[in-house]
Amino acid sequence: MSDDPRLNPDPSRDPAQQIDEETGHREIDPVTGYDTTGHDWNGIRELNTPFSRIALWAMILTFLYSVVAWILLPAWPYGSSFTRGVLGLDQQTMADERFARIAADRATWMAPFEASDFEAAQADPMLMGPAMLAADRLYQDNCAACHGTDGAGGPGYPALNDAHWLWGGTPGIIAETLHVGINADRDDTRFAQMPAFDYLERRERHALADYVVALKDGSADPQSEGGVLFLDNCSACHGDDGAGGYENGAPSLTDDAVIYGQDRDSVLETLRYGRQGVMPAWSDRLSEGDINLLALYVATLAQEGEAEEGAQP
Amino acid sequence: MTPAGTLSRNERQFAFGLSIALAVLGFAMAAFAAKGVMAVHGAMALAAGLFLIFRIGGQLYDSAAGPDRHDRYFDGPTRFGVVMTLVWAIIAMGVGVWVAALLYWPEGTPAVPWTSFGRLRPVHTTGIIFGFGGNALIATSFYVLQRTARTRLADAVSPWFVLIGFNLFCLWAVSGYLMGSTQSKEYAEAEWYADILLVIVWVVYFVVYLRTLARRHEPHIYVANWYYLAFILVVAMLHIVNNLAIPVRWNGADSFTIWAGVQDAMIQWWYGHNAVAFFLTAGFLGMLYYFLPVRSGRPIWSYRLSILSFWGIVFFYVWVGSHHLHYTALPYWVQTLGMTFSVMLLVPSWASAGNAIATLNGAWHKVRDDATLRFMFVAAVFYGLSTFEGSFLAIRPVNSLSHYTDWTVGHVHSGTLGWVAMIIFGALYTMVPQLSGRETMAWPRAIEWHFWLAVGGTLVYVVSMWNAGIIQGLMWRAYDENGALSYSFVQSVEAMAPYYLIRTIGGGMFLTGAIICAANCYATFRSAPLMAEPRDVPLRPTPAE
Repeated sequence: MSDDPRLNPDPSRDPAQQIDEETGHREIDPVTGYDTTGHDWNGIRELNTPFSRIALWAMILTFLYSVVAWILLPAWPYGSSFTRGVLGLDQQTMADERFARIAADRATWMAPFEASDFEAAQADPMLMGPAMLAADRLYQDNCAACHGTDGAGGPGYPALNDAHWLWGGTPGIIAETLHVGINADRDDTRFAQMPAFDYLERRERHALADYVVALKDGSADPQSEGGVLFLDNCSACHGDDGAGGYENGAPSLTDDAVIYGQDRDSVLETLRYGRQGVMPAWSDRLSEGDINLLALYVATLAQEGEAEEGAQP
Repeated sequence: MTPAGTLSRNERQFAFGLSIALAVLGFAMAAFAAKGVMAVHGAMALAAGLFLIFRIGGQLYDSAAGPDRHDRYFDGPTRFGVVMTLVWAIIAMGVGVWVAALLYWPEGTPAVPWTSFGRLRPVHTTGIIFGFGGNALIATSFYVLQRTARTRLADAVSPWFVLIGFNLFCLWAVSGYLMGSTQSKEYAEAEWYADILLVIVWVVYFVVYLRTLARRHEPHIYVANWYYLAFILVVAMLHIVNNLAIPVRWNGADSFTIWAGVQDAMIQWWYGHNAVAFFLTAGFLGMLYYFLPVRSGRPIWSYRLSILSFWGIVFFYVWVGSHHLHYTALPYWVQTLGMTFSVMLLVPSWASAGNAIATLNGAWHKVRDDATLRFMFVAAVFYGLSTFEGSFLAIRPVNSLSHYTDWTVGHVHSGTLGWVAMIIFGALYTMVPQLSGRETMAWPRAIEWHFWLAVGGTLVYVVSMWNAGIIQGLMWRAYDENGALSYSFVQSVEAMAPYYLIRTIGGGMFLTGAIICAANCYATFRSAPLMAEPRDVPLRPTPAE
């Protein structure tokens, strides 16, 4: 070290100086009784405590755990392969086996639903009991996002818990709809379209909308301008009286069940831009049995809803 | 904090040149991109460059910096970093509380694209990790480095370059998300040119850190500096490898990562977990190892545990990223390695937590009386808790319950609120009076309020998320006696409502504490004596250039 005092730091900071000349010990921390390492950074010091036993044993324990895991399980790579482990586990096989086990549990009561004999199933409460519980989860996980957890639907999505059906509400027809979807991405899908009547004058669309709104509450006047426009443009599909129906190829406008709403603004939007809602096809995602379960579940929802409606005056 | 006081004329000229370069770069980006995210980011850089041109240009020919500046530590960048830490804290914690509230009131989302959950969530994570955590790390690292090396920073311009460049990166990242721009990599969502900016900033950071360390007046390198160096070095490595991407166009923000398939997932979580390890752990352990002994006035309990902990953390952490990908397409053997190394990581992690707590032996009366030291004590406790939890959750069968649930969210927040933020607040309350030439913070009682709000908020948040996560995990795996699922997914979502509400309250408490902290720091900076003598100085002046 240089003699320049500016280059030679405080002597007490030099580790060599901290050793007690008589005992040869370093500075002792009065609280713990341990000596320090002699390092000092602007007042920060370190104790020279021995390595703690418990840390050592804890480390040995975690290392043992790891070594055992490496022996039992697939673990270390070498070249183009890896150590397989004594247990010979493979996560794909394990997942497949587990899935097969669960499927086997289900198979005992699912078998009758693989066939599309809905009436037989509906007639058997012992069969329907557990099946409808499982179907409820299927419905909630796959259908509820659009149709609602209780099947009440919402703007743009039809209600499933009432008597109103566009394509039919028997289990067989529902299963078919689930299979092929509506306006879905496959050739045999159900097809439906409400064209846009944007070529009509704005004034005419407003008159027509007034008429369609009036159809719902039964106050429609066929002699009005809207009524005439309806006969010319709409009745081919929706029927002269707006009752529509599956045979006519279009929904009824008299039953308060229009998917997109029958208030004036919604009807105007429908007339201006048209509608072509999509229900996806599910046959690529759900098994035959699952689709049949869902069809029965939805049919039950409809029956329950219908019963409730009937019960009301 | 005026440049004239701290920068020499040459340094001012160099800084002026850099400001022009930034303005030109920003103009070029805006001009070439013409529209879209990159053009907006170019305009931001142009504005920042112009501001700096006027700021530095106005003082370009002022008197030369006083020769006595070498008798002081160079704390201007640290002050700026502290301010940015608090600004980002309030922005990002505020966004965090807002998105937490949206989970409870999803219909509260306004019908404006930039307010959607998907865009705001990365604003929260990036704002907290990089804005809040990163600024705190850089600011404290310069502070700690100078004081443990007893020397002034090796250069005056590069620390400013690091902090301004880093905050420009944060701003680019966060504003990009709001405009719908993202790389779709968690915690690395920023686009390619922002990533390049961060690389440049980081290399400069590394160089100025090493140059300063080389000038130290202490024979040994203090353990805090080991951790800060590990943080700087490894984050550079992680950031570069994970962000390797090919831009779609040179004048647009979009890019494609060069990684694909399961390799992409593995690289992403090697990055993601080591962002936790080296950004949110190593750097903050450096902070703990400096501020805890300083505040408590106690020697570090064990030098040997420091060594075990440092090398254990550095060696084991880089292996464990695969525990984020249990039961996925990632090969089983990689999962086993991630799991076992996570378990072996526990002891080195606990060595640091234990070392910190044992250091307080002989200072427990201070822990009782001093809320600042209590922040650090609680940080060490939560560090121990969350590292235990981390190793536990990494065990495959445990992970099969916890994965994809809010338990993970609870675990992360016990680390970030309980450990990272607590140690930052402890460091701020120690550092800000020092930087202001004062004995204490302006409002000592407010620290007490902040402490209890922070601890209460953390506990409320973490406990509600533990409950939420375990309930979700159990509901998802429950089968009835017929082999059908017992619950639908939406039922598990509905079951979350009370916990999401409680979590929002916990986050709100924590945010309130942070706002109190920011106000307290502001008041302290404002009440600094004008010509304060520095409270600590380098060991000897560096000979003037």
